[in-house]
Amino acid sequence: MTNVSMTVNGKAVSREVPDETLLSEFLREHLRLTGTHVGCDTSQCGACVVHVNGKAVKSCSTLAASLDGSQVTTIEGLANGGLHPMQQAFTENHGLQCGFCTPGMIMTSVDMVNRYKADGKELTAQAIRGELAGNICRCTGYHNIVKAVEDAAAKM
Amino acid sequence: MYPTKYHKAASIDDAVAALGAGEEALVLAGGQTLLATMKQHLASPSDLVDIRAIDGMSGVSTDGDMLVIGAATTHAEVAGSADVQRLCPALAGLARGIGDPAVRHVGTIGGSIANNDPAADYPAGLLALGATVVTSKRQIGADDFFQGLFTTALDDDEVITSVRIPAASRAGYAKFRQPASLFALVGVFAAQGAGGTRVAVTGAGEDGVFRHVGLEAALGADWSAAAAGGVGVASEGLLADIHASAEYRANLIGVMAKRAVEAS
Amino acid sequence: MSTGIGARVQRKEDKRYITGKGKYTDDVRNESQAYAAFVRSPHAHANVNGIDTSAAMAMDGVIDVLNGQQLTGDGIGNIICGWAITSKDGSPMNMGAWSALATSKVRYVGDAVAVVIAETQALARIAAEAVEVDYEVLPAVAASDKALAGGAALIHDNAPGNLIYDWEIGDGAATDAALAGAAHVTELAVTNNRLSPNAMEPRAAVATFDECDDHYTLYTTSQNPHVARLVLSAFYQVAPENKLRVIAPDVGGGFGSKIFIYPEEITCLWASMKTNRSVKWTSDRSEAFITDAHGRDHITTAKMGFDAAGKIVGFKVDTIANFGAYMSLFSSSVPTYLYATLLSGQYNIENIHCNVRAAYTNTVPVDAYRGAGRPEACFLVERMMETAAREMGKDPTDLRRANFVQEFPHQTPVIMAYDAGDFGANLDQAMAAADVAGFAARKAESAGRGKLRGLGYSSYIEACGIAPSAAVGSLGAGVGLWESAEVRVNPVGTIEVLTGSHSHGQGHETTFAQIVAERFDLPLENVSIVHGDTDKVQFGMGTYGSRSGAVGMSAIVKAMDKVEAKVRKIAAHVLEASEDDIVIEGGQVKVAGTDKAMGWHEVGLSAYTAHNLPPDMEPGLKEGAFYDPANFTFPAGTYICEVEVDPETGVTDIVQFTASDDFGTIINPNIVEGQVHGGIAQGIGQAMLEQVVYDDDAQLVTGSYMDYAMPRASDVPSFSVHHASTTCPNNPLGMKGCGEAGAIGSPPAVINAITDAIGSNDLAMPATPQAVWNAIQAAK
Repeated sequence: MTNVSMTVNGKAVSREVPDETLLSEFLREHLRLTGTHVGCDTSQCGACVVHVNGKAVKSCSTLAASLDGSQVTTIEGLANGGLHPMQQAFTENHGLQCGFCTPGMIMTSVDMVNRYKADGKELTAQAIRGELAGNICRCTGYHNIVKAVEDAAAKM
Repeated sequence: MYPTKYHKAASIDDAVAALGAGEEALVLAGGQTLLATMKQHLASPSDLVDIRAIDGMSGVSTDGDMLVIGAATTHAEVAGSADVQRLCPALAGLARGIGDPAVRHVGTIGGSIANNDPAADYPAGLLALGATVVTSKRQIGADDFFQGLFTTALDDDEVITSVRIPAASRAGYAKFRQPASLFALVGVFAAQGAGGTRVAVTGAGEDGVFRHVGLEAALGADWSAAAAGGVGVASEGLLADIHASAEYRANLIGVMAKRAVEAS
Repeated sequence: MSTGIGARVQRKEDKRYITGKGKYTDDVRNESQAYAAFVRSPHAHANVNGIDTSAAMAMDGVIDVLNGQQLTGDGIGNIICGWAITSKDGSPMNMGAWSALATSKVRYVGDAVAVVIAETQALARIAAEAVEVDYEVLPAVAASDKALAGGAALIHDNAPGNLIYDWEIGDGAATDAALAGAAHVTELAVTNNRLSPNAMEPRAAVATFDECDDHYTLYTTSQNPHVARLVLSAFYQVAPENKLRVIAPDVGGGFGSKIFIYPEEITCLWASMKTNRSVKWTSDRSEAFITDAHGRDHITTAKMGFDAAGKIVGFKVDTIANFGAYMSLFSSSVPTYLYATLLSGQYNIENIHCNVRAAYTNTVPVDAYRGAGRPEACFLVERMMETAAREMGKDPTDLRRANFVQEFPHQTPVIMAYDAGDFGANLDQAMAAADVAGFAARKAESAGRGKLRGLGYSSYIEACGIAPSAAVGSLGAGVGLWESAEVRVNPVGTIEVLTGSHSHGQGHETTFAQIVAERFDLPLENVSIVHGDTDKVQFGMGTYGSRSGAVGMSAIVKAMDKVEAKVRKIAAHVLEASEDDIVIEGGQVKVAGTDKAMGWHEVGLSAYTAHNLPPDMEPGLKEGAFYDPANFTFPAGTYICEVEVDPETGVTDIVQFTASDDFGTIINPNIVEGQVHGGIAQGIGQAMLEQVVYDDDAQLVTGSYMDYAMPRASDVPSFSVHHASTTCPNNPLGMKGCGEAGAIGSPPAVINAITDAIGSNDLAMPATPQAVWNAIQAAK
């Protein structure tokens, strides 16, 4: 067992957990933040993406113990009250159906837009599709997800 | 996952000691392969020795025209490094094409080469660029470092600390992705520099990453896509699996070699 | 802004999903939760000679290890297939026994033999590996044609030759005669590749036994919680229906795979009683590949005959369907009544004959997956049309037009009676949107860059909204296929609709509310949809087969008819007017042509205060309805795929994908288009990426996302989606259904386009770069 302390969604948390606890398990089982989903076991689907120190990370492939002292943001903490422009864009563009991949899609997309804006690069539809390589959706065919990201990028 | 003991190593000596003390201790860097393997019960190390917090393990620096990349430097950091983009843009491009953005934020160059997955990208880059792997006990040339499928020259208690990569005068990398895993079905890294013309192929060899003598000779004489395209690539010794036959991989080696040269 | 029929209303359910507040089965965690992990066979076929659980039982934190002998000893019944198919010789289908935990023999890799119940999920999984099973390995077979060939391993004793049934439809002799007299006969052999549905939420179950009441509660990832309860109760003898509550909360996609009642749910319920603990099981993706029912897997040869003018004179089809190791819930209906009945396509064909042999193999059971039978029929028919056009030197659209059904209703020789459609209108619309006229110039431009450009069509038809219960009953179905609804008007005038349909991504909370809000002219937020809980909702059939609109919403309309009738009576009584003069609009119930009116909520209040109701009227305002469809519905349309192939690598880029669909009435275009986008992406996945692969020993090779290629964002294009609709005459809203069309119509369009580009017709699905490159090399 190891003591893990981190800041999750702006709040300091500390838990005694088994050393092998994945960040996804830490969030879902120990903090009961169940918005972070697990859709595969080989790091392809991206339903589990959260932000660690401001960067998109697959929480199913990261040990909680290694993130002691980190800042973690999950889908539950993305917006400071109300909705983040990316969340707003997903609903306005019908970028979700069953909702299972959605938290990871949104967290990945926010990270994507932040990186492109920081680098001053244009985020084209083609670039969005490439950047979504680590997130699988079975419902939407991605069409409206791409529209949502384009829409949010213009507003972020 | 099976229970394990997590160590955050404070120094290289600390890491080496922890590796030696554990019954079946493994180095943890980004963990993007290791943790997935552990989840599937295909690995059950007694101890994980995390090297990322060790001073100097992360980051890119230069030593003259030599790139020095810390073992725990992430793919995203390599891709975004101004030094890498200046001295070896092909390597930056290679890093930018690994996995997906979230994987690139965590996965490391040291982890990739220590695992030596036969479909990983970095082994091709390092082999073609004539890199040197610096460890806790020695320096190992890329030609000696990569020793077959998931096998390297590393001892059990040896930790990669950095990779030294000489700048190439010309270099290009072209990859054909396996559509499910996004690993390389075939990746060809072609480079020309002080060490001559070197062409390394990943994803395709039965024994992992390898240098292609025919392509090296052709490109050594004439660095052009046409020269690469003129080389008949044989299918002997190439992998065959559900994703590609040896013949198809042979074809892709030729095509990717052309595109690597075009990209250089 | 209008929120009624046809309005692009933003989804009411979205907020919880985009903020991480959705509640899926794995999010449920009870006090003192215990966890299940299954001991699964690593062998495709083996006798189980013994199970040693001692090492697992000795682990600290292991609560119990249970096996199949105990399960059957407690009277838990075998898993059944609910649709009886009769072979052409009159014999019943050969259904082999399927116990939730195998007792003496395992028949595929993943077949469960025992379950570990432990204090944590991690421990349960570790302990499951410590259970030692004495397997006596037997020869195994994965391919259906090999399973039916002599000498293959016998999988079930009561299915000689591994044959489940040998079934036919249509007039074989007449079809043979028509083909013999044909001016041209096109022959085609196709395989419809085996797929794994891959809803992104893995299946899960949380079962809790309450010993005080002998009562069970099951949270589960189900598309049809009532059917699950019925089957768990009536066939598997877990508990009487009144002692079993099934809740399907937020469900992360289904695509058919969550229709069926699997060994895991049964086992968790039983284990919760055995251990007196709440038992939770959550599949991971690797486990999903070896437990979720697979789809498709047909091997077919066919002949289509044409007269000199290009009219189809006969169509003869021979299909082998792979059922896997056991018969899943609706498996038998998929390659028969959901497949062979659609072989007429959009065409007027006088003679059709289809023979289907169903085979056991040592693979995961196969059942309905998005489209279920209809994609296999469509792929065959539309590949056949394109191939025939090429052989006869005809334009593929001309050949289709010459054979389109033009008059409705149209009775095909294979049961279906098409009720409405305008196939030419969909083809015209698609061709205009796809700029077919400009294709030649685009192809030339591609050629200039060394690329091969191709165009492929698919004019699909499918049958949805199944269907009159008496009709499906006569064809062997074990259930009726109606739907139920209850419309509850509360005393304050707000409305709850209890529906037997189940939403797992389809947006029912929005679309169902739209039709209610429109009918009573109320704000959308005043209408709530309740579904997915057998304690709350009356018996319903659930959601699959694109039936929630055509059948589920029709039931709501029927219930609203009754509500409206009562509202009129109450208002007429209170306002002292004739019922015929009552008008419901703007939140009011008025007397036409007067200023007499009462608020909608006042009618509700009147119904519940019951101070002033017509004589003999019962208090309250809530009505229910069960709607049984009068016919199948027939969504149809044309898809056009345009591709560019890189001949050096075989990489195919879909540069344009155009859809023109006829879904009848559309309630919410956002949702309908979303269904089409997702369906097409799955169809492109089947056509170019996805395939479940078994090796010769029936070991699964594609057991994770490392080897099973799911469509990603960069694998699919933006879609150009259009509608040219005719109204379905057989249900009150005129709806046809849109959930499966994309997956049904798209695969042949893709393959027709690639084969057009490369100039070779010999290309199987999935058309991976290697397959396309091989086809190019072979044609050189």
